Parts: sequence; structure tokens; C-alpha cells
Amino acid sequence: MTNTAKPNSPSASRTLLLRDGLNEALHQEMARDERVFCIGVGIAERGGSYKVTDGLLAEFGPQRCIDTPIAEASIVGAAVGAAITGMRPVVEVLFVDFTLLTMDQVVNQAAKYRLMSGGARSVPMVLRTQGGVGDGVAAQHSQSLEGLFYHIPGLKLVMPSTPRDARGLLLSAIRDDDPVIFLEHKALYMTEGPVPVDEEVIPFGVADIKRSGRDCTLIAWSNMIPRSLTAAEELASAHGIDVEVIDPRTLVPLDRQTILESVCRTEHVVIVQEAVRRGGVAADIASIIQADAFDYLDAPVEIVAGRNIPIPYNRTLEQACIPQTADIVAAVRRAVYA
Amino acid sequence: MQTSNDADFLASLYHTLYSIRRFEQTCISLYRLGHIRGYLHPYLGEEAIATGVCAALGEDDYIVSTHRGHGHCLARGAGFDRMLAEITGKATGYCGGLGGSMHIADPDTGNLGANGIVGAGIPIGVGAALGTTIRGEDRVCVVFSSDGAANHGTFGEALNLAAIWNLPLLLVVENNQFAVSTPVHKASRVVDLFHRGQGYGVESLTIDGNDVLEVYECAADARRRLLAGEGPILIEAKTYRQAGHHVNDPGAYMPQNQVEHYKARDPLTLCRQHLADDERADAIETEVDAEIEAAVDFAHGSPEPAVDEFLHEYEA
Repeated sequence: MTNTAKPNSPSASRTLLLRDGLNEALHQEMARDERVFCIGVGIAERGGSYKVTDGLLAEFGPQRCIDTPIAEASIVGAAVGAAITGMRPVVEVLFVDFTLLTMDQVVNQAAKYRLMSGGARSVPMVLRTQGGVGDGVAAQHSQSLEGLFYHIPGLKLVMPSTPRDARGLLLSAIRDDDPVIFLEHKALYMTEGPVPVDEEVIPFGVADIKRSGRDCTLIAWSNMIPRSLTAAEELASAHGIDVEVIDPRTLVPLDRQTILESVCRTEHVVIVQEAVRRGGVAADIASIIQADAFDYLDAPVEIVAGRNIPIPYNRTLEQACIPQTADIVAAVRRAVYA
Repeated sequence: MQTSNDADFLASLYHTLYSIRRFEQTCISLYRLGHIRGYLHPYLGEEAIATGVCAALGEDDYIVSTHRGHGHCLARGAGFDRMLAEITGKATGYCGGLGGSMHIADPDTGNLGANGIVGAGIPIGVGAALGTTIRGEDRVCVVFSSDGAANHGTFGEALNLAAIWNLPLLLVVENNQFAVSTPVHKASRVVDLFHRGQGYGVESLTIDGNDVLEVYECAADARRRLLAGEGPILIEAKTYRQAGHHVNDPGAYMPQNQVEHYKARDPLTLCRQHLADDERADAIETEVDAEIEAAVDFAHGSPEPAVDEFLHEYEA
């Protein structure tokens, strides 16, 4: 399998913040394709809460970088309508928590339109939003809701963890003919990483091995990637356990092959998600692994996930609800020593 | 714009009205015989709205339809054969049998689709109108909605977006007096729903939705103004659903005197009065009957969609 985002790619890189990688992708696609436009609350004049859409208004004007009232359902609905009539909207919803207001348009309209129209039309729309625990933004602004979108046939689901992946995957998302849910993590916008100078379109369905290892396959995404890499270093230095960290990058489509190949080599699996455990993506990946690689497993699949609780405000309680490095270390040790 | 005293134009309006009427009656028969599954929401009694509005549209204009959408599709130019094939779940249908009665879309005629979710089509129409504005085209988008949709959140949200962006959107509120079984006076303190548009700064009017000429003239004028960049327009077309909510709803809650009142103002009867040529109207009916009969044969003779192909295309 070709991985276009190997860290030792020959092209020159510079260090960017994740938010700037996204911003670069938007600038690039809007310049390349006049059908692309951005729409959302506070994205134009203000440049977005996290500055992801900064500068688009100045470069492309108010017809292609559109501020809206707070009316999430109809903003996403308008993006659907524009998409089925030849545009390629990138709609921003401020928080993934607010996408719950848009669910009819996402689930009943966007996800089903291609099938309902007998394949006559698709919905080339990107819904960008951000989720996850941040700096004490409490129960209605901290959720990880990828499981809701993962459950719906007809949607693609992207969760980048690095600036490079964020830029390359957003390029793919905008060029995709189907609706793409692009879930950013609020704690990652200000993280830095190398991004190639040249255009790099990262295809969907191709996982990235963020760290190679022999003893245990650790599958994580979004903000659980940096945390898992920290855990992997600690496991290597303190416990002599060599962990392979796999970032699927797109949960739909999911790169089963890379996951299963790794599992067959290491024979131990830990899956880490920030989202609550019940009914989550980690549980589904575990079910795929036990169905397709059961004979290779040396231990039960470990899942490290958020507690089945709404996120509380208090810092100590908040952090107690989501996986910490120590939880990941402990889970890997349980899996390997089982 | 046609003039209302043009006999050929009146005849074409009657042709569409009768086509919808006969098509819906045929669907009801096919449903009773077990050829149509699921839900079927007849447009009986409301035919003048789709007919009058669509007669006023240009070739490039968009329409967004509803769950009670057969009339919109036919008035916009859909064929009986592929309509019936879709509603009977055949591969030759407009959506390959995958959509059914509530999801017929025909992009070739600018029909962006019927919708099983009340009110959901309004923002979609706003998006189509927004896209056409960004591209700088001369086309409008008509969204058909209803008294039921008027109480949905998207109605206000989307109308407001159309207003602030000055979009070429015609929102047609088919006030057929019932949202499923709830009469409009129990669902809204303001029963003249065009007032809803005024609150958003949208030019709004109310008309007799059973008089196809009144609908046509009003829609044609609205389209001219939309193309002139005057911003969105709301038309409340008062009508009456001459049957229950769907084919299996006898509509026992519908007051008999009201039913009788509106039957006397049946859109086909009113149009025949305008046309004043029964011989011509009868000839139109004979012609349409034969076409629909042929379409039924086409649907019956059409193949089912193939399971393997379907799974290959849509499973991910």
C-alpha cells in the first residue's frame, strides 16, 4: 500500500500549526476550483474561532466566504442544496456539539441523497467542525461524537492528528464527491509539525503508522495520537515494550489492511479513543480485529476510552473522564503481559 | 408570460392538472392492488399549485419538492412511465427504484427531489439559490412547502437566510389545511401563513391555490421580480387536501362541510370554466388516460434493480 505521507518524503517541508495547514488547504482549493466556497458562523470577518478561515474573505470576497446567522440546520441544508447543484461547499459548524442541530440535513439529506436519487447526484460537501476536551469548556462544548457519524452509511469521516495530515486530508475531502465529516480537535489547532511545501493530497482509507513497533499495535486518532506516542516512548524506555502506533486518519473509509497486518505481526492490540466507550468506533474496530485476526491474537483487545459520562467542568473531573497517558501505558502492559 | 385568455395555454394547464389527478388516482389503484409499497401521499385537490407555478418557470429553474410531490414532478415535466416505474420500485424509475414515491428527483428537469422530512427542503432550496447567485446565473429556485412545514424550525431559519442574502427563492406554502391530521388553526395562532414571511422582511402574499390561473399569474410575476434581484418571495396558496394524509388515512377528522366546500371549488372544475371548451377538455382526458395506461404497462414490464449491482455501488 502506498503511503503518500511518509515522514521521509523528499520534498522540502516547513513547520506549520495545524490550523495553518487547514488554512493553506482552503486557500489552495478555493484558488484552484471556483466551485469551492466556505460558509459558517463567524468565518469571514472574524476568520473563524481558530483562524482556520483567516484571509479567505480578503482573497475570495464575500460571495465565497460567507458569514451566517446562528442557524446550523439551515446553513448545513444550504450547503447540501448548493452541493447538489454544482458547488463544493465547505461548511463550518463551530463545535461538533452543535452538529446535533444539523442532523436531519447530515443524516437524512446529505448521506442519503446519492442513493435516493439513484446515483444521479452526489453531495460534494465538507462539514468541518471541531470537538474533544479542551480548556474546561464543559459538557456542551467538549464531546467527541465521531461515533454518531461513523454509524451513518453515506458519510465519510476524517479525524486528522497532525498539520500534515490535516492539510492533505482536507484537500482530499474538498475534492471528494460525497459528503465528508471533517472532525478537528480543539486541542490540536496550535500543535506544530512539518508540512511539505509541495501539494500533497492524502487519500482516504490509508492509515499512517506514526511509530513502528514489534510488540503491540496501538490504534488511535485525533488528539489520542500525541498522547499515545508519549505513552509509547514511556513503554519503550521504562518497560522495554515496542509499540506500533497506527493512525487510521479516516475512520470511514477505514484502512483495515494496515491494521490487520500490524495485528498479525504484534499479536497484541490496544485501541484508544477520547469518545465515550459505549457504542464507539473502538468497539467496532475491535470487532473487526476479532473477526478477521482472531487466530493471531495473544490477548483480548484492550480499549481505552472516555468514561460513559458527560464531560464535567472541573479540571480534575474532566481529565478523569478521558484517557490519560498512564491509562494507555497500563492498557498496553495488560495486553502484552496477559 | 402567457395571457390567461389564450385557449392553447389554458388547455395546456388543464392537461397538466388532469395528468396529476389521473396519475394520483392510478397510483391509489396500484397501491390497493399491492404494486406500490410504503407510503403514498396523494396530491389530490392541490394540483393547481404545482401546475400554475411550474408553468411560470424557465427551463433552467430549480424546484424542491415534498413528500406529497408527484404533482410537482409531473408539472415540471417528469414522464408518467419513469414516475410509475420509480413508485413501483423498478430499475427504469427516475431513481432506479431506490427512492420511491417520497424521494423522486430528476435533475434533468431541475427537480432537486422530493423529501420525506417536512421542512427539510427549504434550506436545500436556499442553497440552490445561493449557488446560482454565486455563479451569477439567471435562474430561480422554487421550494414547495406546506402549512405543516411552516411550524418547522427550518422554515424561519431558511427564509431568513434567503432574505439577508437577497436570493432568487420562491417559497410556495401549500396551505392544504392539515399537517397530517392537525388542522392549521390548532397548529398556528396565525392561520394566514403568509404573515410569517413578512416578519422576515420577505414580500409575502396569499392566493387562491385552487385557481390555476391565479397561481400562474402570481408565480410568473414573482419569477420576474426574483430575476430582477428583488429578493425572495413567499406565496401562500390556500388549498385543500381532498383525501387523508396518505393513502391509508381515511381522513375521518376532516369536517364534511369543509370537504364539500372545497370539492365545489375543485381546481379541475375551475380550469374547465376558464377554458369553456368541454370537448377539448374531454379530448385531453382521453389522451392522458391512454398515456397513463401505457405507463402502467411500462412499469409492470420493467425489471427489478439487481441486488449485487446495488450492493457493489452503495455499500461502503
